[in-house]
Amino acid sequence: MNILVCISHAPDTTAKINFTADNSALDPAGVQFVINPYDEFGLTKALHIKEAQGATITVLNVGGPETEPTLRKALAIGADQAVRINATPTDAITVAKSIKNHIQANAYDLIICGQESIDYNGQQVPAMVATFLDLPFVNACVGLDINGGSATAKAEIDGGHASYSCSLPMVVGGKKGLVEEKDLRIPNMRGIMTARTKPLAVEEGEGGSHTVAVSFAKPTAKSAVKLVPADQVNELVRLLHEESKSI
Amino acid sequence: MIIVFVESWNNQFKKASFEAVSYARSWANTAGCGVRAITSASAENASQLAQYGADEIATLELAQTGAGIGAQLAGLVGDAQGVVVAGTAVGKIVAPTLAALTSGALSTNTTGTPTSTSPVMVERGAFSSKGIETISLNNGLPIISFVPNAIGIKEEAGAGTMTSANAAGADKLTTNEVSVASGKVALPEAEIVVSAGRGLKGPENWGMIEELADVLGAATACSKPVSDIGWRPHSEHVGQTGIQVNPNLYIAVGISGAIQHLAGVSASKTIVAINTDPEAPFFKAADYGIVGDAFEVVPQLIEELRAFKAAN
Repeated sequence: MNILVCISHAPDTTAKINFTADNSALDPAGVQFVINPYDEFGLTKALHIKEAQGATITVLNVGGPETEPTLRKALAIGADQAVRINATPTDAITVAKSIKNHIQANAYDLIICGQESIDYNGQQVPAMVATFLDLPFVNACVGLDINGGSATAKAEIDGGHASYSCSLPMVVGGKKGLVEEKDLRIPNMRGIMTARTKPLAVEEGEGGSHTVAVSFAKPTAKSAVKLVPADQVNELVRLLHEESKSI
Repeated sequence: MIIVFVESWNNQFKKASFEAVSYARSWANTAGCGVRAITSASAENASQLAQYGADEIATLELAQTGAGIGAQLAGLVGDAQGVVVAGTAVGKIVAPTLAALTSGALSTNTTGTPTSTSPVMVERGAFSSKGIETISLNNGLPIISFVPNAIGIKEEAGAGTMTSANAAGADKLTTNEVSVASGKVALPEAEIVVSAGRGLKGPENWGMIEELADVLGAATACSKPVSDIGWRPHSEHVGQTGIQVNPNLYIAVGISGAIQHLAGVSASKTIVAINTDPEAPFFKAADYGIVGDAFEVVPQLIEELRAFKAAN
């Protein structure tokens, strides 16, 4: 079975986000980049499938050479090979087209993406890849069972869950639940050593864009907290009603 | 014409459904055009969408999955000037499917109505609420998926002409089961959220959190550590890698306020933090705070709120 895990190179969850002087882009100075957490659950799920029934895992990122350490980390965790699509990820539709082209030129049984990346929070690429390839798609996927040529998937929906089945290949937009937090793996020394010699291919991607990021701003800072003494809870209720009009 | 997809469940609209029509109306007013609502609700039920600004209301049988609905909408957009979709679980699939099929220009996680109409520009949340992006939808059909609760529902009469529509779009998934908890407020679109963390010491202490939520008509939520150790289900985990919420009121009980948690809640209009530790980072993000023991403060708060609700 051939599994493609799409990986986004994203700022660490603890990173302080700053923008360039002209506010046109993220300022990467001092920012540690990681495998997007949503994708990490997907990568670990792929490893579980590989260990249970055998599979070749390819990890893919659309981006410049600076994203290769993130792909190497995925190789160190256990992916077999990596592909970097050398294109500037201008918007989701362009990224999705690049991924579609790669998938069409290769035969994958399962394509796992994170439901979103924690940088641009688009939640667009997985659905677009599935649409371009006319494949079944499960978003917010929190459980996946592969049985031969078909799959059963559990998804979060508003206020509950749904269970779906479909034939492979399929596209998954995954999140925690696909595997648990405790299942996530840290690369060990042997993994890091072998990752250096695993193949990392570079392919050319699509250009163009449908949307333009005009500018970025930071949210306005909150004014200082108004503390209410613990024995005057009624005062909090008054403030919530009269001042903030929340209740 | 601005087209709005209006989601319904068993012929019932959600709050976000009406908000979607209000969003479309606001956009159409700036663009100087009409609003066409597309829904699978019955014509009788759908007619109420006129109250929120729908000029034309087209009803049709819709597919079961977001991908199927997106394909149907692609056949219905015609020469529309824009499309609005609420960012619900279904909407989050509908919008990118539609954008892929129409080569559209999509903004998701949108937090406000267009600030310009030629080209269409909107603000959206990025970097998990640590940033606000202004995006221009300059190449292709502008499609906007907004965060539920972002603009609220506004009543404004539309012409409300009823029509029926036809469009093909097949589901590629077989739906085996759908289970939705009845009587509970769904977290992503809740107006009030009561959330608790490790400060509660154990899952057996969540009774008072549920009671507080009940008094307020709120949804319950939790911090990441609490869902990781299994005290609460993952579906309640609010934060950077969980659900991102933007209610009118977010009450955090016994949550320290790690940067990853704050990323998921900082869009809330009013934040209340209750924590024993006066140095808890949550107090820097909160509007109101009580430094105190949750086991003493929360029962009092329930009592005070009951008295308030009885009097108002």
